[in-house]
Amino acid sequence: MSAPVLDVRGLEVTFRTDHGLVRAVDGVSFALEAGETLGLVGESGSGKSVTNLALMGLVPSPPGDVRAERILVAGHDLAALTPRALQRVRGRDVAMIFQDPMTSLNPLLTVGRQLTEGLEVHGLARGKDARRRAAAGLGEVGIPEPETRLRQYPHELSGGMRQRVMIAMALLCEPKVLLADEPTTALDVTIQAQILELLRALQRRHGTAIVLVTHDLGVVAGMANRVQVMYGGRLVETAPAPALFRTPRHPYTAGLLGSVPRLTGDTAARLVSIPGQPPDLARLPEGCAFQPRCTLAVARCERERPTLDVVGPSGPTRDTVGPSGSARDTIRADGAHRSACFEHARVRPAEVAREARR
Amino acid sequence: MSPLLEVRGLAKHFPVGAPRLFGGARGVLRAVDGVSFELARGESLGLVGESGCGKSTVARTLVGLYPATAGTITFDGIELTKLTHRARAPFRRRIQMIFQDPYASLDPRQTVASILMEPLRIHRLGKPRTRRLRAMALLDAVGLNPRHLYHYPHEFSGGQRQRIGIARALALEPELIVCDEPVSALDVSIQAQIVNLLRELQERFGLAYLFIAHDLAVVRHISQRIAVMYLGRIVEVAERDALFAHPRHPYTQALLSAIPEPDPERERTRERIVLEGDVPSPLTPPTGCAFHPRCFARDRVEGDRCRLERPTLEKGLACHLHDTESHHFYPVSFARPDAKRRS
Repeated sequence: MSAPVLDVRGLEVTFRTDHGLVRAVDGVSFALEAGETLGLVGESGSGKSVTNLALMGLVPSPPGDVRAERILVAGHDLAALTPRALQRVRGRDVAMIFQDPMTSLNPLLTVGRQLTEGLEVHGLARGKDARRRAAAGLGEVGIPEPETRLRQYPHELSGGMRQRVMIAMALLCEPKVLLADEPTTALDVTIQAQILELLRALQRRHGTAIVLVTHDLGVVAGMANRVQVMYGGRLVETAPAPALFRTPRHPYTAGLLGSVPRLTGDTAARLVSIPGQPPDLARLPEGCAFQPRCTLAVARCERERPTLDVVGPSGPTRDTVGPSGSARDTIRADGAHRSACFEHARVRPAEVAREARR
Repeated sequence: MSPLLEVRGLAKHFPVGAPRLFGGARGVLRAVDGVSFELARGESLGLVGESGCGKSTVARTLVGLYPATAGTITFDGIELTKLTHRARAPFRRRIQMIFQDPYASLDPRQTVASILMEPLRIHRLGKPRTRRLRAMALLDAVGLNPRHLYHYPHEFSGGQRQRIGIARALALEPELIVCDEPVSALDVSIQAQIVNLLRELQERFGLAYLFIAHDLAVVRHISQRIAVMYLGRIVEVAERDALFAHPRHPYTQALLSAIPEPDPERERTRERIVLEGDVPSPLTPPTGCAFHPRCFARDRVEGDRCRLERPTLEKGLACHLHDTESHHFYPVSFARPDAKRRS
């Protein structure tokens, strides 16, 4: 096993608010190797985006406070870095793409200026050389006439084009880790298909490790080797992607899978919905955060907070990258199926739950 | 029996850019450009398409928020497009709308009671006391606690607000509800709650829905028939199961194949049609078939027909391939053999 390019242990992010202390991320750990994709799944307020921001050192403090046993990005310990040193890691070793390209590109600067800025800041190229590399970067993400595009402003491009520009910008310094926060949520499905295809191809070519934050289980199924499900700021389940989708071992994951309307199968049955509302992070219940909405909850769930424990074997984690047949099956040390649920043995996959309801 | 709603050749064009001195021509955005469909009582028709295809403009034109540029809207035998604003009032009661954004569509300074009683007051239905009882019954019908009558919208979550929006639409006992992306702003687990609720209400009150969404999987769970729009026109309309099993229009095929499914094994093995390029602007729509610049099947049509001639919607399909013998059906999981494949 090669050394992980991203190694996070016990990440905690809290915010001081008028409603009290909000624990947005509470004890999240994971490791990621080159070429791997980790899916970080959850609904709004689950802490998935804040996790990514913390990895970039972008959580504003105050009101935010980031603590962790360690955050290692490509061998750099983020906690030990001075702001200047962090600046050198950010954008170069770890880069981020955001959901909304319109608000994350500067409307006042040309595409070319925004692309070359990163190269110059990190001392990788300047002047004509930087411009040449920027044009090549745009070409790589499938933008026609890159030279012309360099002179244009973001508003002159379509939504899909802007997202491509942002991906090109993120990849220009050839980062080892790419943090993608809902990279296709704002796009139409046919454009989403193009962008996901592009991310897969670029990953194959450069061996970039990707943390993919999304609420869309379909996107995760097609992209991720491993999946971590978050609820109320905590990890509730983590597993190799095939195992998570086939045999979810947390009632929230099973409920989430059941809620997704499918393109095939029965339409007469009701969708399996999760009763109740997502939790208020300032007023999380004692014990398990999901327990008020859980159909499997027992008395213990109200008192005691379940820990993330191994519930199944680790599986091949590399099998969704690359054409089938070329899959390199490596068993990861922490690729095991873990669930934070006392009643995990009683969890049934969504399809089964759906049948039972009829 | 005549349909509840009949739409013929509906068009809505918006002038764009500054008016020219001496009345020169301004640009025209053809948001909806000749849309026809009908809807029976108690039926639900899904209207799908990507952003900018005109589906929301169809919704707004139907409920009278926009005047139609051309075409007719006939509701229960009466041609609405001919009526004056005043004469149309009783029909506004019978056609209601649910909006996408549960944050923007409720007045933050009104209580739930006032939101639900306002339509009753405007249409002079009931007395104040019976109106309050009605408001409580409506809350109960959409799964909210009637005790929350005097709460304000900000005290509710997104899913609960959408329920209030649905209760408001139900207040006037409409026959048709136009649902414009009613679940796309909600979390997945809440989406399922709302979809289930809409289905229940349809059965209970015999409602007809025009259900507008970009998410085909959601539409599948709530529609009997589905119409697919592209750049202001309907390119295909079919029974739900037929559309998913045998999509006929190349765009429908691409759209279905682009939807990611929550199944890693299927995602890995499935062939996918990845369309090239972006949706063109409705300001300068392509000549002929609006889809032809992105179409993977256009070479199979003889000559330059796709570029020159606009296909009309016949037997549920607007495509020149329709009348050639080489037309084949491909189920969702298989792309056409000549389509660009995902490696």
